[in-house]
Amino acid sequence: MTHSQPPLDLSPKVSDEVRKTTCYMCACRCGINVHMKKGKVAYIEGNRDHPVNQGVLCAKGSAGIMQHNSPARLRNPMKRVGPRGSGAFESISWNEALQIATDWLEPLRREAPEKLAFFTGRDQSQSFTSLWAQAFGTPNYAAHGGFCSVNMATAGIYTMGGAFWEFGQPDWDHTKLFMLFGVAEDHDSNPIKMGLGKLKKRGARVIGVNPIRTGYNAIADDWVGITPGTDGLFILSLIHCLMKAGRIDLDYLARYTDAPVLLNSDPKSPEYGLQLRDENGKALVIDRKTRKLTPFDQPGVRPDLAATYRSGGITHRPVFHQMAEQYLGEDYSPEAVAERCGIPAPRIRAIASELARVAFDEAFELDHEWTDFRGEHHKTMTGRPVSFHAMRGISAHANGFQTCRALHVLQIILGTVEVPGGFRFKPPYPKPATAHPKPHCKATPDAPLDGPHLGFVHGPDDLALKADGSPARIDKAFTWENPMSAHGLMHMVISNAHAGDPYKIDTLFLYMANMSWNSSMNPGGVMEMLTDTDENGDYVIPRIIYSDAYSSEMVAYADLILPDTTYLERHDCISLLDRPISEADAAADAIRWPVVEPNRDVRGFQSALCDLGAKLGLPGFVNEDGSQKYKDYADYITRHERRPGIGPLAGFRGEDGKDVGRGAPNPEQIDRYIENGGFFVNHIPEGATYYKPWNAAYQDWAVGMGIYDAPQPYLFSLYVEPLRRFQLAAEGHGDRQPPDHLRDRIKQTMSPLPIWYESDPEGTQGYDVHALTQRPMAMYHSWGSQNAWLRQLHGHNPLYLPTAIMREKGLRDGDWARVTSPHGGITVPVMEMAALNPKTVWTWNAIGKRKGAWALDKDAPEATKGFLLNHLIHELLPPKGDGLRWSNSDPITGQAAWFDLKVHIEKTNAPAEAQPEIPPQRSPVPPAPRDVAWKVGK
Amino acid sequence: MTTLPQQTDRKLGLVIDLDTCVGCHACVISCKGWNTENYGAPLSDQDAYGSDPSGTFLNRVHSYEVQPEAGAAQLVHFPKSCLHCDDAPCVTVCPTGASYKRVEDGIVLVNESDCIGCGLCAWACPYGAREMDQAAGVMKKCTLCVDRIYNENLPEEDRQPACVRTCPAGARHFGDLSDPDSAVSQLVAERGGVDLMPEQGTKPVNKYLPPRPRDQLQTPDDSGEIDVLAPFLEPIDNGPKGFLGWLDRTLEKL
Repeated sequence: MTHSQPPLDLSPKVSDEVRKTTCYMCACRCGINVHMKKGKVAYIEGNRDHPVNQGVLCAKGSAGIMQHNSPARLRNPMKRVGPRGSGAFESISWNEALQIATDWLEPLRREAPEKLAFFTGRDQSQSFTSLWAQAFGTPNYAAHGGFCSVNMATAGIYTMGGAFWEFGQPDWDHTKLFMLFGVAEDHDSNPIKMGLGKLKKRGARVIGVNPIRTGYNAIADDWVGITPGTDGLFILSLIHCLMKAGRIDLDYLARYTDAPVLLNSDPKSPEYGLQLRDENGKALVIDRKTRKLTPFDQPGVRPDLAATYRSGGITHRPVFHQMAEQYLGEDYSPEAVAERCGIPAPRIRAIASELARVAFDEAFELDHEWTDFRGEHHKTMTGRPVSFHAMRGISAHANGFQTCRALHVLQIILGTVEVPGGFRFKPPYPKPATAHPKPHCKATPDAPLDGPHLGFVHGPDDLALKADGSPARIDKAFTWENPMSAHGLMHMVISNAHAGDPYKIDTLFLYMANMSWNSSMNPGGVMEMLTDTDENGDYVIPRIIYSDAYSSEMVAYADLILPDTTYLERHDCISLLDRPISEADAAADAIRWPVVEPNRDVRGFQSALCDLGAKLGLPGFVNEDGSQKYKDYADYITRHERRPGIGPLAGFRGEDGKDVGRGAPNPEQIDRYIENGGFFVNHIPEGATYYKPWNAAYQDWAVGMGIYDAPQPYLFSLYVEPLRRFQLAAEGHGDRQPPDHLRDRIKQTMSPLPIWYESDPEGTQGYDVHALTQRPMAMYHSWGSQNAWLRQLHGHNPLYLPTAIMREKGLRDGDWARVTSPHGGITVPVMEMAALNPKTVWTWNAIGKRKGAWALDKDAPEATKGFLLNHLIHELLPPKGDGLRWSNSDPITGQAAWFDLKVHIEKTNAPAEAQPEIPPQRSPVPPAPRDVAWKVGK
Repeated sequence: MTTLPQQTDRKLGLVIDLDTCVGCHACVISCKGWNTENYGAPLSDQDAYGSDPSGTFLNRVHSYEVQPEAGAAQLVHFPKSCLHCDDAPCVTVCPTGASYKRVEDGIVLVNESDCIGCGLCAWACPYGAREMDQAAGVMKKCTLCVDRIYNENLPEEDRQPACVRTCPAGARHFGDLSDPDSAVSQLVAERGGVDLMPEQGTKPVNKYLPPRPRDQLQTPDDSGEIDVLAPFLEPIDNGPKGFLGWLDRTLEKL
């Protein structure tokens, strides 16, 4: 046949209309263009104008159309008619559902509001859900941060007033050396990929520190296959090398950090280790010019890193002295840590050298004039092109808080935070711990809580304890067991409620949190707790209300289901009051809006809370005449004011829609957002974009935006004094005293300068292999498996074993292994992987599914060969024989220590299905279609 | 059998950077979305929620482990779609003329109305880049988004393949590889871009940029080589006292 070409329409119509909203296929919150045909969603692509993704979009985002049309979508409110866990439900109306909830909750509020435990999972509306919980009056509210990355967030805020991801980002345009620790690959997913792309284009070096060489670590120029749980030791060794070589930024340390701040150095003093302060509470330093004691922030002061000060018979030494003492010792030499970290000592030195070389020998100046908080004018900004990023990998260990702290201290001694080429905060950060609220826990019948639930403690006085010293919260957040638990401990709620420790609750109210499955440690135990009955045959946890958009495993355990919408059918605000989407050069927020109306009897959960709040008569949710205050969530977003003139959205405020940050509510605000592409950006002026914590121009801009009410410059805390206050209490000082069984642990772990300690719990002898999970970049938690496109990418999750273990155990790809931990066992398929730390095994998380959930067939591989490592992890540490329930969490923050898991592996015969086999739940949704092939436009 | 054009006016194709691809599958799904809704029959999925889901994809990402002679094992992500070969065996094997290579730009396409679903082209393609759609019974392949790249209903900046537009890491590049001055040709020249399986004689238009050398940041230990990084980490003094002495001296100079 000779060459012939048929006529081709090269300019077909793309869509009838493009509607711009915000993605919710993971937590990244990219802008999306939703192409509509005949009123239906036809195609989704990234929004080029959006600050987060600038047009690109990941696999999840592009597969949103399949999530929106998922067969697992819940159809209507339901009440349970079979036993809990069976999945037997009856459809009911919204009126009936809200009445049931009201009948359950109203008496609790009247008599004992703490009997309601309200916890939300992948919630992107925490400033709203927490407001609702405050109005209800229960102290028992938190989102999922406690089992996610609270160590990262908290360590960052206590150390430098912000952490990674939502708090800040590398200066991708200037950095020349980027070091990435143990990242969860869907967090900040597109921005990190975009940033890596920029670095690769320039030929900048990327160092990946991760036991597993996949994803970002696969393209790292240098891969450090560290042994899990030893990142802190490695980082402290880098600090050791840099300090020992004097390769640190002394000028930066003196000006912008607490390195020169004086500490009481008398071991006999009740204030040993606390900062010397003036009568206004300002930290004191010695001025290098006058040699006089002075508050750190006075005009012209040049704090001295070396000088000591003696008064009243007590010597005060600068923080920096203590750092020298702590880190110059041979305990942290590369040779001393190499074996434990699984990194040869020369390699540790090489990395330290490279950090120093790039930070100091490739330093540069940007021609931005600026004035610091001491009034000193600078002609240029010094850049140190070294930046870092980290996430759950280093965070989810029992030593995670101190490890995250160590990483921030490393950044700071290199002078790389908030400088060109380094790490940069995103508004509303920087914001020091002292500018955040403290936790509130005072429950009063028939009244709101005394303030916001979550916050930052600064010493024992701020703990959430009752008058008798017992925990005020069901999750024991802000107690001596984990004093700085700024995100709560969602992973302990069901276990504690079941144990009645510290007290029993009545109603467990959960949103978007798959607690009977992949979101819990010990899911088998959790399923038993949720279905356990007392001597009267009543459920030990009497009532469970759950809201989800999809037929998740948790649905089966609820008594009442409030069906949520998909993300394309709802209003949301991505608010500066909440988890922001700003960039380092700009404050930004965004909305979701219903680009299509739901075709099911479902309501956005936040709108349902407006309805329920009104029925319960919650203050703030009713008008003076008792009528419903907010018609729905959109109405709340538009009209709510947190402080006068400050609302959920910063853009298009004021009656004419021209105010930014501060301004009266604008009834047309959401329409303005829609016209603007679904988001709002306000750029930081040049000269204010770096050195933000100390830059007068930035501070003034932030006040104008409503981020602060007054400028609040501060010093970075290499030394976190609140930690020392807890140690002092454990040493016997002060009125509020820890129980004796916790004294030693507090003394040992709550060091005010970062330390490393073994996170391997006692009782794991014989379990010598680390076991980790990580999330595929194309999946978000359990959500991806209901998506016909994404499950073809990641429908199987073998356990990946390093070559040495495969050989030692006589295993080959496709064989099965029995994997045990002190808590339990699983039987799973294995596969060899060479690019892996030799003491580590891993699998993809949340691929395993319970039969009957997510509208998958009962023989779907996710339900037959898929598995959860969660079965091997207990929410409690192995019993110590003292009768106490020791949480498997970081002792400082309560972060769930998922990654401390150690296992034993043996070859076994292939079972019919992965073990343990959990019996199926009845699906509340109709069976999925077998084949899918549709064109929306046709 | 079908004839290839003598030559094409341009050679449009992709340059894929294996040093940068993180294996996120964004390109795979963006392609699936666009091409389900656009050119020809939708890309169907069989047993979509069942035990062995299997759908049509025009672009897939494979991952390979590589064990260098020395040093740690590496992982390479390898996206693969039609390479729009100059000597495309899938075209010459087509019994109906349904498969053809465009004269204007070298894009290899299937005219679905002439495709009888015989599958010969898929057998002939050494790259496994064609997939038979089980619902439509026609052969599907990468169109290089021919319905995007000239589409006057799209803003100019969006007239590029969906996979390129969406790639978060910027690992995919689109352009005319017959023009030595084009950005993609320059990139290939700078980075030593290569053909996939050149021994097949298909003359693929698409090019791959190889991964840069990995794990170079090492101090030689027993090799006796000079440690180039050592001067960057010379100790200033030993012990805490010495350190504070150094500190004082250094602060004087600030």
